Amino acid sequence: MAFLYALPGAVAEGLIWGLMAIGVYISYKILDIADLTVDGSICTGACVCAVLLGAGVPAWLSILIAFAAGALAGVVTGLLHTALGIPSILAGILTQLMLYSVNLLILGGKSLVAIDPRANQLLLHMSNNPGAILSAGIIVAVVIAVLYLFFYTEVGLTLKSTGDNPDMSRAQGVNVKFNQVLGLGIANGIVALAGALLAQYKGSANINDGRGAIVIGLAAIFIGLSVSMKIKPNFVVSLIGVIGGGIVYYIVYNFVILLGLKTDYLKMLSAIIVALFLAVPYLQEEYFSKPKVPHPHGAASGKGDDGHA
Amino acid sequence: MLKITDLHKTFNPGTINEKTALDGLNLHLKDGDFVTVIGGNGAGKSTLQNAIAGVWKPDYGTIEIDGVDVTHMPEHQRAAFLGRVFQDPMKGTAPDMEIVENLAIAARRGKKRKLVWGVRKAEREEYKRLLETLDLGLENRLTTKVGLLSGGQRQALTLLMASMNKPKLLMLDEHTAALDPKTAAKVLEITDRIVTENKLTTLMITHNMKDAIAHGNRLIMMYDGHIVVDVEGEEKKKLTVEDLLNMFVQASGKEFASDRAILS
Repeated sequence: MAFLYALPGAVAEGLIWGLMAIGVYISYKILDIADLTVDGSICTGACVCAVLLGAGVPAWLSILIAFAAGALAGVVTGLLHTALGIPSILAGILTQLMLYSVNLLILGGKSLVAIDPRANQLLLHMSNNPGAILSAGIIVAVVIAVLYLFFYTEVGLTLKSTGDNPDMSRAQGVNVKFNQVLGLGIANGIVALAGALLAQYKGSANINDGRGAIVIGLAAIFIGLSVSMKIKPNFVVSLIGVIGGGIVYYIVYNFVILLGLKTDYLKMLSAIIVALFLAVPYLQEEYFSKPKVPHPHGAASGKGDDGHA
Repeated sequence: MLKITDLHKTFNPGTINEKTALDGLNLHLKDGDFVTVIGGNGAGKSTLQNAIAGVWKPDYGTIEIDGVDVTHMPEHQRAAFLGRVFQDPMKGTAPDMEIVENLAIAARRGKKRKLVWGVRKAEREEYKRLLETLDLGLENRLTTKVGLLSGGQRQALTLLMASMNKPKLLMLDEHTAALDPKTAAKVLEITDRIVTENKLTTLMITHNMKDAIAHGNRLIMMYDGHIVVDVEGEEKKKLTVEDLLNMFVQASGKEFASDRAILS
């Protein structure tokens, strides 16, 4: 009974985390970059939104500005990687650390800024879960629609090819570095947008928000794609799958809390889930695959690359 | 069409792995030349192509394509002049994207890419016709992910992509080396047709001396970072594998050091 009672909240929060996971999907799956900026940029989105709301900025405008702030963080990571030659994973960690200071600065040195749901016209709040599900659902639908349109433009296609095969992309005149910066900008913009929605939903922005967000994002991606790839492996179905993955993750999360697991251990649980998803393909290949019969045509029979992106 | 002057490139200078890959190379291709390039391992054949493509900058020397000095132009900008096919069939196409998407990306090589639909309806028909010319049945698989194709099919597709927009120079880097003999022959046949039909200036690296003799109007042999043999026209037509081996010995003072080249 308690579980059913918690369900609407889990769905609402799951939608928001699913949106964040779409940002992670763009960097991790499309660009083939494990971008750790996310843990910082989701918090940046929350901080920007909370402070702007406090200053009387309308909620819709504050989430757009939060998107821009996150995009800027992504661009910084992208430039650290492409212009300064820092490995992408380190570039993300560096930006994440910078963002901790930036986020504190945004919050005016406080570790928490509350949002008053009565003083502000919020897009969504936990006091009204059906309304929150509707609002979050509409925003998610708009983001998916815009991404669908974008990734099938001339520019968008090259963003996909950049992650899929950078050699081919360069040979076809694609500026791979520019695309990586652009893609990381879009990815972190979406992550920050989710952070802004989360702040409104919870009614506060906390400097520690978003720690481990990348792991939750990856969990949502793995859960979602494990289903959606079986239905139809196309772009929109994948994105919807990722959203579904976020919701499933939060339903499980709430269920586990109700079972009595202390919230302190939930990050461990998230990490184990992701580790398992990452390990399974490797274990299958390494220990459970059938002996391969050498193909008579050698490399010519190449079935293309498997498992990648 | 292509003019390379005194090109030098040394990898890992000052270390025990120092390797002079290009040592004062000069090469001038006329419009419409189809040049085959042979040479042993480490002769600098692939280094030459990578230099032209702009994978890295040479230490010294200049590269001109169609009168434009591209020596310091970044790789993605230079691509406007070039069509490239790699030795590795996996390298020339995006596996997780559809055949038609790969072609659409190639069709916009050298053009400004905008926020407009990436594959237009009219293009699909055009690509279908292009794919029909390959005679591999790909015209009915426009939306198939390229990763599902065989190595030979991918190489043929890459060839088609490389020849789109009539590049100033088509570069083939041992593009049949990873294929079985039958597929290799088919891809070479497609190569000849595409080069002739589009009158493309072409640089084809090969390990196979017979192929080097049978294709193109001019043949160059590389050794130790420069060109040691350069024959064309009637003289090239009369060449035999034995001639080439003798020429190699004369130029280098050594036996030809690639078993693969002799056996194939």
